[in-house]
Amino acid sequence: MQSRTATNIDIPGARVPDREYRIDAGGFGIALHEWGDADAPVLLLAHGGFDFARTFDTFAPIFADAGWRVVSWDHRGHGDSDHAHLYSWDADLRDAAAVFDHVAGRRPVPAIGHSKGGALLVQLADAQPFRFASLANIDGIPSKRPIPDVAEHERTKMLTGEVTGWLEHRARTAGARRKPGTIDELAARRGRMNPRHSTEWLRYLVTVGATETDEGWRWKLDPSMRFGGFGPWRPEWALMRLAGLGVPFYGMLVEIEEEMGWGTAPDDVRPYIPDGGRLEILSGLGHFAHIEDPDGVAGRVLEFLGVPA
Amino acid sequence: MLTHNHVQLALHTLRAGSGRALLLLHGLGERSPDTVPDAVTDWPGPVTALDFTGHGASTMPVGGGYTAEILMADADAAVQHLGDVTVVGRGLGAYIGLLIAGARAERVRGAVLADGPGVSGGPSVPTSQPVFSLDRVDTTPDPYALAELGRDLRPPDYATAFARLALQGSDLDRPITVVARFRPSWLLAVAEEPGVAEADSITTALTTYAD
Repeated sequence: MQSRTATNIDIPGARVPDREYRIDAGGFGIALHEWGDADAPVLLLAHGGFDFARTFDTFAPIFADAGWRVVSWDHRGHGDSDHAHLYSWDADLRDAAAVFDHVAGRRPVPAIGHSKGGALLVQLADAQPFRFASLANIDGIPSKRPIPDVAEHERTKMLTGEVTGWLEHRARTAGARRKPGTIDELAARRGRMNPRHSTEWLRYLVTVGATETDEGWRWKLDPSMRFGGFGPWRPEWALMRLAGLGVPFYGMLVEIEEEMGWGTAPDDVRPYIPDGGRLEILSGLGHFAHIEDPDGVAGRVLEFLGVPA
Repeated sequence: MLTHNHVQLALHTLRAGSGRALLLLHGLGERSPDTVPDAVTDWPGPVTALDFTGHGASTMPVGGGYTAEILMADADAAVQHLGDVTVVGRGLGAYIGLLIAGARAERVRGAVLADGPGVSGGPSVPTSQPVFSLDRVDTTPDPYALAELGRDLRPPDYATAFARLALQGSDLDRPITVVARFRPSWLLAVAEEPGVAEADSITTALTTYAD
């Protein structure tokens, strides 16, 4: 079934999920979305930060048509999952494990992650390797960011700005709601984060990632979350986990840097690709490669995954 | 109660008064004391104490997600409410006291870092830590708080970055005083930072911040 939203925005290849439901993870509600035959082999799909499962509306159906039961979920605070009191990387890992438990028990299944979802799956595969049959990662491998050659006091000032900006965001967003607007206004706002997406796709995303209220459309994303942030975590730590993965691994990095990406340099990652794994560069594509070229990226991943089993 | 994003925080006034408030930050799994602790009775101003998220009378979140940075923002909500403060932190509260002293160097006029539960935190380098889920309970402390904050990463250079923020942003010569006897790697590194003071007790440390 092709996706045709209430606002009649047609996107070639986009399909609404065949099944949508929620699971209870210790009192916390997580929204799941599935494409394909319910009895087919499971393929997990993890979205990136500030995205949601329905951003796979053009990508997931390709795998469903190839014989997979594609399962994705909205991370906490994203899409149709509950807004949480607290957000953390560990909490996202726990939610991911709950989704794996629900759809696959403790059987190994293949998984694909984009951006934050890719990094999340790398860490889950390190902590719970029994869950994974294989892992494909689309521009979700953080590496050490170039640190500008600045004096110590300037670096301190940078940290001060990050910390106080974050604290003030938390204070400001207590009880906040997303700003309402028309479909075009919300699409334009998101376009600032996704400059390579077409206007029509952005408008489509509004109709599946926002809610229509009396005041207008509002993104479902919890406004208390903030892009970026700070903390003791360092991007290069992901590489240490990557090197030790024991399942077939296929990493993809993109040629064109975007604000939402990590700007990872292939030469930083190559030494950490696990034994038997591979890394490829998607030329001419940006951070959301799977949306820009769903057929091309899916074709590569399908070849990696092999016959559904 | 204070509002910190989706959480209600209990800020207790243990002793009213005028002047700069003393803000007590408890250890991991603890809650604010009911009365003014002996070690701080000489403090000339009001004495207050904050229950962190998931502790004492504050909200217990669903599904965990604790980080030390979230608790720093808890402390920030108290600082924004109280104005200038001096902080005494026990254990986990000592680490949070350090973070807020760096983040709000102009408002936190002295932070005393003392022994207490949760002073160690977790490893200082990444490990293959377990992914787990816990049963819900009806009363604080939240088991997720105990599990997640008991193992949060505290690299020494991350801790010293906040000590430097405090030193650069405060007009006090020694805005941080370490009184803890047990010193995990992050606290050892902080204690060795130029400008960080050491004292043999909370009472002694507070005499330097009471002006």
